[in-house]
Amino acid sequence: MEKKRYERPTLRKMNTGLMNKFGTKTENEPVTHIESVSVKGLLKEYGSPLFVISEKQIRRNFQNASRIFKTRYPKVQFAWSYKTNYLDAVCQIFHQEGSWAEVVSGFEYDKAQRNGVPGNQIIFNGPDKTDEQLVTAAKNNSLIHIDHYDELYALIRLSEEHKLRPRVAIRINMDTGIYPKWDRFGFNFENGQAWNALTRILNSPNLDLVGLHCHIGTFMLSPNAYATAARNLCELAWSVKERYGKILQYLDLGGGFPSTNTLKGAYLPGTDTVPSLDQFADAITDVILGYGFSQDELPLLILESGRALIDDAGYLLGTVLATKRLSDGRRATILDFGLNTLFTSLWYEHKVSPAQPMGQQTEEMVLYGPLCMNIDIVRESIVMPLLEKGNQLVVHQVGAYNMTQWMQFITLRPNIVLIDTDNNTHIIRKAETMEYIDSLEEIPQHLK
Amino acid sequence: MKKQIVIAVTALNAIDSPGPGVAVIRAIRDCKDFDVKIIGLSYEALEPGLYMHDLVDKTYQIPYPSGGTDSLYARLLYIHEQEKLDLIIPNFDAELYNFIKLRDKLNELGIRTFLPELNQFEARDKMKLFEFGQKHGFLVPEDKILHELRELKKMEDDLEYPIVVKGKFYDAVIARSYDQAEKAFLKIMAKWGLPIIMQEFIKGTEINIAALGDGEGNAISIIPMRKLYITDKGKAWAGITLEDDKLVELARKFIETTRWRGGCELEVMLTDDGKPYIMEVNPRFPAWIYLTAGAGQNQPASLVKMAMGEKVEPFKTYEVGKIFIRYAWDLITDIKEFQLISGNGEL
Amino acid sequence: MRIRKNIAVSDEGFLFNPATGDSFSTNGIGSEIISLLKQDKSTSEIIEEISKNYDVDRLLLERDLEEFTGLLKDYSILE
Repeated sequence: MEKKRYERPTLRKMNTGLMNKFGTKTENEPVTHIESVSVKGLLKEYGSPLFVISEKQIRRNFQNASRIFKTRYPKVQFAWSYKTNYLDAVCQIFHQEGSWAEVVSGFEYDKAQRNGVPGNQIIFNGPDKTDEQLVTAAKNNSLIHIDHYDELYALIRLSEEHKLRPRVAIRINMDTGIYPKWDRFGFNFENGQAWNALTRILNSPNLDLVGLHCHIGTFMLSPNAYATAARNLCELAWSVKERYGKILQYLDLGGGFPSTNTLKGAYLPGTDTVPSLDQFADAITDVILGYGFSQDELPLLILESGRALIDDAGYLLGTVLATKRLSDGRRATILDFGLNTLFTSLWYEHKVSPAQPMGQQTEEMVLYGPLCMNIDIVRESIVMPLLEKGNQLVVHQVGAYNMTQWMQFITLRPNIVLIDTDNNTHIIRKAETMEYIDSLEEIPQHLK
Repeated sequence: MKKQIVIAVTALNAIDSPGPGVAVIRAIRDCKDFDVKIIGLSYEALEPGLYMHDLVDKTYQIPYPSGGTDSLYARLLYIHEQEKLDLIIPNFDAELYNFIKLRDKLNELGIRTFLPELNQFEARDKMKLFEFGQKHGFLVPEDKILHELRELKKMEDDLEYPIVVKGKFYDAVIARSYDQAEKAFLKIMAKWGLPIIMQEFIKGTEINIAALGDGEGNAISIIPMRKLYITDKGKAWAGITLEDDKLVELARKFIETTRWRGGCELEVMLTDDGKPYIMEVNPRFPAWIYLTAGAGQNQPASLVKMAMGEKVEPFKTYEVGKIFIRYAWDLITDIKEFQLISGNGEL
Repeated sequence: MRIRKNIAVSDEGFLFNPATGDSFSTNGIGSEIISLLKQDKSTSEIIEEISKNYDVDRLLLERDLEEFTGLLKDYSILE
């Protein structure tokens, strides 16, 4: 006689007011393959946990975004936001697709150069640029987006000293009706600071004002805010043209477009509520096209989208280390990845799927990471099948920020694998080793 | 023989602060123009309606709205396979977004709905009501949306005390000074999170209007009601139908400008000098909707007819002075029924 | 380790504790364990019985049984 399939005995108190379990089936469809590569096979070959990036999905996302903007506006240029994911392999995919590089530090600038991005296709943002980096960027003809007056005056001084004429834009902050207002970066629009800075630049023979930049926030859910931003940039560009006879080459609307991840505290899931990229594109391009620029004066529209192009191309695979019952009766599942690896679990309710077929029974549980820290929680409450030690899981939409903000805390960072367009797998960042960590450390003689 | 219509209805929580479901079902059953089978859709196992077997033929649990449209759709698909639904009437604010999003997919299955468009639904949101009023020429109390306590001081430039401090979803407290406003702000923030809505206080008589629109700008029915007695939660305990052309005209204009499809409730404050302010628009039938049937304009039944493709002429008269008095009733059932609905999700 | 006498277990896997008014649901394997407990079987007899019919590692079953009976005790279903 063939034995029956075993599952753990469960006992559920029928409370009212608790989450009912009907309709959670779709959430718990097993995800056994990424593209056509087996999750089980990936974990066996590359270890657990493991980040997996789909090249196909990145290219799909880029081509889709590109189509959305280019069918609405004649001159569009994307610049890959390095901070979102600066693995060289990932950057190269975007550069192959035609992206420039958008960097926010000397480190990222150097990375873009090493990736072969021509200097005039690097946008240098952020409040932290040393004199040396400014001179390098100016010599390379990069687009320097000035963040504050100190930087503006440093650049005036440096360009005189070094006989340079850097191409510059200023970053502008403004009230677009959303909260929080990002007024710590750039020059303020409403109080006239931005116009004053522009005037100063236009009166400097050594600075070449080529564009305007803004970046109104992150994970923005309001297309209207972009319409306001675009209108304000157009207004400034128009004033520059009227008063100085100078036509600006580009408007850089920054990034901030959301992925369909669900933000913590959101009542409805992101897949249902996040506006489509088409809506953002409509908001931006309608304003610029309708502002009154003649066809040949239309500025280039630059977009620095990061998250929306990479989030759903990234997966984190992992394994259940243990399950236990907490003192209040709740089920707890401990995973081999936590906050150290999946930094974004601080602000998202990440979707987590089992990686193997499971029984119909489900239970509510907490997903904990493996760290010895109380805040190490992947999901505070999730309804999943009866997980056992050794079961494998897939976390979705982890491509943005995790692989740049992760922490090397009490363990080593795992492998990152790319699945290429032919479904071959490649390690694009090796798991860290003790030797790698050690190589940076030195012990003073008296402690040896 | 009349064809049987299978109608699914939500919000069976006929408790002290009731959902409209049971009243909607009762009104539909009152109408003798069709034969119906009523399928209850419940979120919790103790919603009284699902134990009222003379009103509800069968009940299924459905996933909470926060589960999103995919899981709701999967569950509705299962229910549809069992019951062959003709129509769904959702009655909870929090679930409407999902049902509106699923409208076309449900329609493909042959399940009808009679809901407002998403943009109509969103335009009357608490957070956007002032903008809505300005755009369409309705009197709406002025408001400020605050994202942090710091902004409270600045708000004093725009609004005068007393003000109404409101949560994003629920709760409203009247504050007469900065101190009271701060206290209310913190209390509501702790419960419902940010932002907090600060609304101009309008003094007057509160009137509620139940209205039904056909989606083409016609108001099929409009019934104004004044609460005669309220519970400690501010819910109507008893109410009476009123005759006031100005109020009817206001609701007619609302239905016309929004081309509202389905039921809605306008919460109106009528000032002493006779100005009607729209305080809130609920995008569904109110819990006291059975009064419309009692007064001669059965709104739920008319909605069913329109949803099923029948042309319904606007009602011309209703009985003024009809009163509803809500009462509590202890229904007796067995543990087996509770176990079935809570364990199997069906009863 | 005995199931309280007045605990009602239905065929559908529902438990009702008339002393507290609490209801519970359990899965198939839970129902089987409870019915074995009702027959006053010992832990090792239960493990024996279950592993005859199910494809399960004995140590895992022992661990799960330990936890399950712990839960039954917490809810005053087991004396």
